[in-house]
Amino acid sequence: MSQENKNSVQTTGHVWDDDLQELTNPLPRWWIWGFYITFTFAVVYWLFYPAWPIGGSYTKGVPGFNSVTYTATTVDGKQVKKTTHWNMRSQFMVDMNELTALQKKYFDKVASMSYEDVSKDAELMQFVNSAGKTLFSDNCAPCHQAGGQGKIGFSPNLTDDNWMYGGTYDQIHTTIEGGRRGYMPPFSQVLNDEQITQLANYVLSLSSEPHDPVAAKAGDALFHGEGAACYYCHGPDGKGKIQLGSANLTDKIWLWANIPADKTQEDKVNDIKNVIYNGLAKGVMPNWNVRLKPEQIKLLTVYVHDSLGGGK
Amino acid sequence: MKHDLIERNLGILLVLTMFAISAGGLVEVIPLFFIKETVEKVDGVRPYSPLELRGRDIYVREGCYLCHSQMIRPFRDEALRYGHYSLAAESKYDHPFQWGSKRTGPDLARVGGKYSNEWHTQHLTAPRSLVPQSVMPNYPWLVKTPLDYSDIQLRMKALRKTGVPYSLTQAEYDRNVKDFGPDVAKSLHIPDAEKNLIAQAQLGNYDGNPANISEMDALVSYLQMLGTLVDFKKYDDDYFVKFR
Repeated sequence: MSQENKNSVQTTGHVWDDDLQELTNPLPRWWIWGFYITFTFAVVYWLFYPAWPIGGSYTKGVPGFNSVTYTATTVDGKQVKKTTHWNMRSQFMVDMNELTALQKKYFDKVASMSYEDVSKDAELMQFVNSAGKTLFSDNCAPCHQAGGQGKIGFSPNLTDDNWMYGGTYDQIHTTIEGGRRGYMPPFSQVLNDEQITQLANYVLSLSSEPHDPVAAKAGDALFHGEGAACYYCHGPDGKGKIQLGSANLTDKIWLWANIPADKTQEDKVNDIKNVIYNGLAKGVMPNWNVRLKPEQIKLLTVYVHDSLGGGK
Repeated sequence: MKHDLIERNLGILLVLTMFAISAGGLVEVIPLFFIKETVEKVDGVRPYSPLELRGRDIYVREGCYLCHSQMIRPFRDEALRYGHYSLAAESKYDHPFQWGSKRTGPDLARVGGKYSNEWHTQHLTAPRSLVPQSVMPNYPWLVKTPLDYSDIQLRMKALRKTGVPYSLTQAEYDRNVKDFGPDVAKSLHIPDAEKNLIAQAQLGNYDGNPANISEMDALVSYLQMLGTLVDFKKYDDDYFVKFR
């Protein structure tokens, strides 16, 4: 080889259009080494992690190199320690075990103590408030809104003293666990328009809203008579029954008709007529025992009762 | 020279290029068809009923998948928010699957039963009336548009060709009774599709209006069954570890 050739760049020898040549520069050294290192990495990876398919199965990492030990809970509630090859799901078990261990002392206390004792334990209530806020935001807020204030026409306010299904710890627990299903039959077939107007006026009179006293007096008779029999669910005094979740009609709190927002007496009457006409096939709360653990439901009960300001 | 041959024949170059760029994907995907543990052995997974199937088609039509995934990964934060991680078995009758990876909205793999029907109807019509900070568009036409189910049998037949066990013959029906029980088998029988669809919509009354069958009925029926088919209380909490 001549001196001239050594100093010039090597080519493949291909020449197009007189002087267009294909160069064969060597690859940069750092690149070559990076290439070899990835090969080495791959071999190490195969030893540690599931990698190569073999027929109907695959290599699961060389035993002993990267096994994962976790605690599983069986269907009948037993704790079992298991060791297996590394995979996403066994690593997930380890992560969940860590979390359970961190929260165990609090959840054990919540599960074993009475509601009243939990609410008196200041340190425990810090946990209840922070875990409760998260659980509430994920599960309850879509209906009851972020602060539990509810939404007229959709979901009850949890921050006031008015509880359709009862505001004691046990009653709130029952509601969360089993869900609720609101129902009021439609009266469009049973009563005529005049009668429904009279009833609406009577309902308004119960909470001292503007109303027509003559119509309300006739409505009173209908309310307590056997034709409409409103008293059967709402009680003779119109205060509702917790066992049925029927509304208290004597207070200023409204859920299905937005009376406070109505400007005129006519609007108020029409809003209530609308409910009596069509009834209510809504107010459905899902049962949370399928989605939440018993200790989570108990914690939420305390959170709703103590921290949202309900329960009176 | 071989290099020369490839560079001077466009056809060969094209075939070899396609082979080279698909090799990585094929190496990862093909073994999954043969590995026995890919799809977990689990009870309860069934194909969609005719109404749910129409709901799923509306889900795809409206592009829900652009913001919502249906795939809970086996990570702690996801399990705490969404529930048990998704199983391959749970989407074995999905064509195409709706796993996704784009979450502008929350994952919906286990949304079934989490909210009431009236919540879904209200929320799909006007999301911000219930979730003030939501950026989801309004879908007010769903509740107003009558559901077109005239081609439901064709839709089921097309899926049957891909291997979803919707039944056309008595023999297939009997096989479904054996595999899924009589109630589910009935809902998978293609000749009865319209009848089953109407019955489910009227019984469920998903949109709160019993008078007609709307697109809302179908979509909510689909949302309400998502992720509810497998009863995880029947399995040890590490049962699904052995499939990976």
